[in-house]
Amino acid sequence: MIRLPAPKPEVMARRPQILAGLAALVPADALITEELRLRPYETDGLAAYRQMPLAVVLPRTTEEVAAVLRFCHQQGVRVIPRGAGTSLSGGALPLADAVVVGLMRMNHILDINFEDRYAVVEAGVTNIGITQAVAGDGFFYAPDPSSQLACMIGGNVMMNSGGAHCLKYGVTANNLLGVKFVTIEGEIFEVGGTHLDGAGYDWLGLITGSEGQLGMVTEVTVRILRGPEGARAMLAAFSSIPIAGQAVDAIIGSGIIPVALEFMDRPCIHACEAFAHAGYPLDAEAMLIIEVEGSVAEQDALLARIRDICAQFSPISMKVAESAEQSLAIWKGRKGAFGAVGRISPDYLCMDGTIPTGELPFVLGRITQMSEQYGLGVANVFHAGDGNLHPLIMFDANDPASFAKAEAFGADILKLCVEVGGCLTGEHGVGVEKRDLMTVQFTADELDLQRAIKSAFDPAWLLNPAKVFPLEGNKVLDAA
Amino acid sequence: MQTNFTPEQLQDPELKVANGILRTCVHCGFCTATCPTFVELGDELDSPRGRIYLIKDMLESGRPASELEARHIDRCLSCLSCMTTCPSGVNYMHLVDHARRHVEETYTRPLPERALRSVLAMLLPHPGRFRWAMRLAKLGKPLRGLIPGQGTTAKRLRAMLELAPEHIPAPQPVTGTHPAEGARRGRVAMLAGCAQQVLDPEINAATIRLLTRMGYEVVVPPAAGCCGALTHHMGRHDPAMATARANILAWDAEIAAGGLDGIIVNASGCGTTVKDYGFMFRNEPEAEAAARVSALAMDITEALARFDYTPSRTAPPFTVAYHSACSLQHGQKITALPKQLLAKAGFVVKEPAEGHLCCGSAGTYNMMQPEISAKLKARKLANIRRTGAAVVAAGNIGCLTQIGAGGPPTVHTVQLLDWMAGGPKPKAIEGL
Ligand code: SF4
Ligand code: SF4
Repeated sequence: MIRLPAPKPEVMARRPQILAGLAALVPADALITEELRLRPYETDGLAAYRQMPLAVVLPRTTEEVAAVLRFCHQQGVRVIPRGAGTSLSGGALPLADAVVVGLMRMNHILDINFEDRYAVVEAGVTNIGITQAVAGDGFFYAPDPSSQLACMIGGNVMMNSGGAHCLKYGVTANNLLGVKFVTIEGEIFEVGGTHLDGAGYDWLGLITGSEGQLGMVTEVTVRILRGPEGARAMLAAFSSIPIAGQAVDAIIGSGIIPVALEFMDRPCIHACEAFAHAGYPLDAEAMLIIEVEGSVAEQDALLARIRDICAQFSPISMKVAESAEQSLAIWKGRKGAFGAVGRISPDYLCMDGTIPTGELPFVLGRITQMSEQYGLGVANVFHAGDGNLHPLIMFDANDPASFAKAEAFGADILKLCVEVGGCLTGEHGVGVEKRDLMTVQFTADELDLQRAIKSAFDPAWLLNPAKVFPLEGNKVLDAA
Repeated sequence: MQTNFTPEQLQDPELKVANGILRTCVHCGFCTATCPTFVELGDELDSPRGRIYLIKDMLESGRPASELEARHIDRCLSCLSCMTTCPSGVNYMHLVDHARRHVEETYTRPLPERALRSVLAMLLPHPGRFRWAMRLAKLGKPLRGLIPGQGTTAKRLRAMLELAPEHIPAPQPVTGTHPAEGARRGRVAMLAGCAQQVLDPEINAATIRLLTRMGYEVVVPPAAGCCGALTHHMGRHDPAMATARANILAWDAEIAAGGLDGIIVNASGCGTTVKDYGFMFRNEPEAEAAARVSALAMDITEALARFDYTPSRTAPPFTVAYHSACSLQHGQKITALPKQLLAKAGFVVKEPAEGHLCCGSAGTYNMMQPEISAKLKARKLANIRRTGAAVVAAGNIGCLTQIGAGGPPTVHTVQLLDWMAGGPKPKAIEGL
């Protein structure tokens, strides 16, 4: 189990007064204090880690958020921001002395401007909710994390989320124009605007991916794009994982940038097919989903070139989606992949590292070896095009030894990513999950420098404090 | 997801099933997004994942349910949208059924609520009593504004009176055997249902007309009655099992007597339950018969597709909004079929946006949770109006009543299909 900082005794002792103070700030139905009702808030998408919070607040306005943060700041109470609670790195894991501030009720679309191509939405609008709001007019919001159905844009900003289509369109940071931001002192700032690149320092760049440690985002302005003329997905099935890895390498090496290039191995193909009935090749050891877009002629030309490249790796089969429904089913399977693995294993740890695409065959080979060493199954599904791996380590949470092995296996995979020149986190954030591995990627000085930025915004480390950085060497938290 | 049941607890076959379901949930949270109550209330506790967590905690501890658990479980519509969304295949239906039973058996509700629930459980499954109650309610309807107070009970009573129809049709008994017209192609049983018979007997009449015209003999054994869903969803295990058992025995006797090509259900809420009899009776002496019955159960649209429905007239040029009842789309995974049949019959079919969200009817939900139900109804009606359709077709009486009060005229899908195959024009759209 992960180590969390000790609860502050003075906060725990004053719980009744703190709850009364919160009750004065928000309507009765926006404050949760009973143990029984706090229970479902003890964890997020990383259910292996759990901690009951002091209370949960569900504000409806930026002003309520500001009032709650101001109060917590005055009282020295820690705050855990929460969106949809889909984080796979434990980004919303509470602390025993912390108030969880959930943004699920701030789910309104505030403004849509097609002429200048932006949308202003509250932080609790789901990622897909933005696209749904503009799709009727032929627009979309590009970053598409697999959890896009449920995850909220505020969380996307905090984790700088990616997604399958980021290969072409970039991640959240590349599609973000502005945010409304509340500091722990309860001050409300507007950062950025409705156009790219404001004056002065790139505050927006700093806030994006700050994992709820610098402040809370309550409103988000995003770039919306006109949808492509059309898009088509194809499936290519291969007889081994390394061969599929080589095919990925060859496609990227040829200079083609498909909109998406996704990889799945055998266990994953089977689990996803059981959910989505998309016609995945059940006889393959590995499969690529490759999507291209543009006019029909462009799609045809690109697909023909990709077919030729794949053909050099003796594919078992290649299949182009024949209808929009087929494409949808193909993506439904891919986007539901993590959950679908729940069909074949009671629990999984979803890793998230990046590597240079040239290293794919090597790294995948090593993961297979490690899987044998640890005696734990692994299902591989990931954004192959940009080298963002998501090995899903299958374990049994009812068996503590199995969980310990899974954690060690996961750490080994991430270390391997760093070794071959990649990074600990692609798009899920560091959260609590990869916190202690930060020393593998950064020197002590580099970590201190980053901590200094956090301290500048939040000197007392009240906002989501136990995440991102190892607890060891943290002067503020250690002193507490 | 990790669970903490003791080995002794897991000896209990019911808890063992619950444990299996809980272990399938990986806590990914996808299901929250498509849950009507989460979308409206924005609280994890009113989401499927939150409810699963609450239920897990309650069952693991073995403690009696409290007001808090009852509150959040009662707010669940049992619409099963979460099951359509869940990539992991979590059987939320069986889990929440189990939880409802646990609540019913271990928690004592406040008296007015207990009384209301008892009255509903006593009335709804019995067409005779229900018709009588509807007559009374109709008389009481103009007085609903006089019920004082903003308390839950007052709101529930007003909601009940609100739902009473202006016109209560004369009963049209359907028990017995309806011979096939022309050469007999097969033989089916039909569930006559309970509340539907009273609210709109034309639905059964259209079903029988259409099937017999297509060459199928339709039997409605007198011993079969309510499917048990209403009491089952209230957590009232014994009465639900008793009515279900009567149906199983009656239909199984028909299977033995003359063979059946299907057991036709034209209220999809009931269909979901009849298809689940096999599971409900898995540990009962009637297990085999229940499995036979469940295997033969089909929605009327499934039967029509299988029996090759063919229209015989040209459809009038109006647009039909197809409302996908939750029990049909999420409970029975029937989504395209009804639209295909309506299109085959010649109608222009439109689908309202947010079709996956419940209309708020959900059995007795619109009476027990009037506020959430009203919000969902308003949302549904707005989406339906945006289609510009003149008529709404759906496959479940609950939805037809809920949407019909305040929206465009509603008809059961089978009524439109019967009309296009030689039956009468449905009364609800006489003016169109
Ligand atoms: S979608 Fe399924 S697996 Fe995911 S939280 Fe919901 S019930 Fe659990
Ligand atoms: S059955 Fe419907 S209301 Fe109940 S949890 Fe599932 S989606 Fe929500």
